[in-house]
Amino acid sequence: MTPATVETQEELTQAFAIQGLNSWYGSFHALKGVSMTIPEKRVTAIIGPSGCGKSTLIRCLNRINDLIPGFRVEGQIAFKGQNLYDPALDPIQVRLQIGMVFQKPNPFPKSIYDNVAFGPRLCGEKDRSKLDAIVEESLRKAALWGEVKEKLKQSALALSGGQQQRLCIARTLAVGPEVLLLDEPCSALDPIATAKIEELLMDLKKSYTVVLVTHNMQQAARASDYTGFMLLGELVEFALTAKIFTNPTNSRTEAYITGRFG
Amino acid sequence: MTETIRKRPPRRKTQERLVQAVLFFCAAVSVFTTLGIVGVLLFETIEFFREVPLWSFLTDTQWTPLFSDKHFGILPLACGTFLTAAIAIAVAMPVGLLTAVFLSEYAGDRLRGTVKPVLEILAGIPTVVYGYFALLFVTPLLQRFIPGMAGFNALSPGIVMGIMIIPMISSLSEDAMYAVPQNLREAAQALGASRLQTAFGVVVPSAFSGIAASFLLAVSRAIGETMIVAIAAGQQPRLTLDPTHPVETMTAYIVQVSLGDTPTGTIEYKTIFAVGMALFLATLVLNLLSHGLRERFSEKYG
Ligand SMILES: Nc1ncnc2c1ncn2[C@@H]1O[C@H](COP(=O)(O)OP(=O)(O)O)[C@@H](O)[C@H]1O
Ligand SMILES: [Mg+2]
Repeated sequence: MTPATVETQEELTQAFAIQGLNSWYGSFHALKGVSMTIPEKRVTAIIGPSGCGKSTLIRCLNRINDLIPGFRVEGQIAFKGQNLYDPALDPIQVRLQIGMVFQKPNPFPKSIYDNVAFGPRLCGEKDRSKLDAIVEESLRKAALWGEVKEKLKQSALALSGGQQQRLCIARTLAVGPEVLLLDEPCSALDPIATAKIEELLMDLKKSYTVVLVTHNMQQAARASDYTGFMLLGELVEFALTAKIFTNPTNSRTEAYITGRFG
Repeated sequence: MTETIRKRPPRRKTQERLVQAVLFFCAAVSVFTTLGIVGVLLFETIEFFREVPLWSFLTDTQWTPLFSDKHFGILPLACGTFLTAAIAIAVAMPVGLLTAVFLSEYAGDRLRGTVKPVLEILAGIPTVVYGYFALLFVTPLLQRFIPGMAGFNALSPGIVMGIMIIPMISSLSEDAMYAVPQNLREAAQALGASRLQTAFGVVVPSAFSGIAASFLLAVSRAIGETMIVAIAAGQQPRLTLDPTHPVETMTAYIVQVSLGDTPTGTIEYKTIFAVGMALFLATLVLNLLSHGLRERFSEKYG
């Protein structure tokens, strides 16, 4: 398969350059020769039917899959020109630059404040007024401040699902990453909470590179600038979102977006 | 028309009724035995408090029911129990918790599969063996480092009791940590936490109520433990917190009196039940608290 390329009208800086990426869970070949470039400060959506390798792909981007026993990658992922899988690179530093939000909201069973302050505290920040400032700024960016500012000391588990997911976004932003990876962040949420998160993404892409995995095509169409379509571990097509949804090159992409399979 | 489902012969029905009755009877026996024990305990305790005022039982600083100058203050026995249990917990809690963190967060499935059963064997050793281990091995060893330590003392059985309850703490705490959802670990690591930071910053706090439950159960076990302290702690009810001195725990006292030829109905005889009642109440409260905490924990991660 030839590497999918992005047809751009604009000058874009690359955040990630992925070249011939293969990965395995034990002997199961989950990603097969994926190549793509993910632009900076844009929303890039990855769509495809369940089990096609979307999560596996974005979990390679912050090396969180390193933690799964038996997981293995081959190929190249460069982040701003630097090889992410360079053995000399500390995966913890990678994760501080490249934050991740998961499918199911997973706040820690701690207070709202302590959830957001978790990352900065790990980095050694102890100064109370600085932490206060980080917590407020992160919650504002995640459009949650107004709803929780009166109850920062309350348990995060008491929030609604949508609020919990925005808290998880705030918690990730608090570390100060450049990239935000979101793995089906709305699949456990109702339409109103989903709309709020999508609106938030529009805002966040001004300052962050966003990679959004979703199996909801409307969401990809609404919220993203670029879209990659995956099938059975391969990246079938990668292009401007408008192009993918109006005039896809590959017949399998067309079949999927018109709902003929998947 | 032929019947496709055969009707049950009536004899089978009576058989089943009989089995049911037998099973019910067995369940009832154990319930009534427990009630009976509590009843006897209660009855004799009330008898005891007819002769000894509750106030002096709770505040007198001497326990000398076997001497001619009789005092019935539970404090020295409670103090001995507290001291040995505290030493045991001081040993078992850190070691048990670290073992649990290791097993749940670091060990692979194969290692966990070998270590857990081995630990459970530790829990299966008869306590009398631990008792003599304390008296004949640990005490002489400690005496080399602590000159002037008595042959019977609180420290040695306390430590050995701690070793005995390590498996209980590590096993229950490990269950609690293992039940913490994987996505919380991933969340921590995605925020740049190391494995160690994930274990102590997220997993241990998330498993807190389960760990606290194991702690309470361990305290209850240490308070109720009898053989080790009866053998190695001495039999001198003494109001002290110095672990190098001989002490007597509530359980050891019950053994001491039960082994002697104390006639039924005497006040010495009744002390067994009063002390037993105090012990029963203490462990009952601890077990209920522990149970409640575990319920709360499983609610959170059901
Ligand atoms: N931890 C794992 N161990 C083994 N196989 C896995 C693991 N995670 C995912 N897979 C397999 O890899 C394939 C891709 O999974 P995933 O990336 O989660 O798909 P998607 O996110 O697109 O639904 C699936 O066939 C799945 O069964
Ligand atoms: Mg997925």
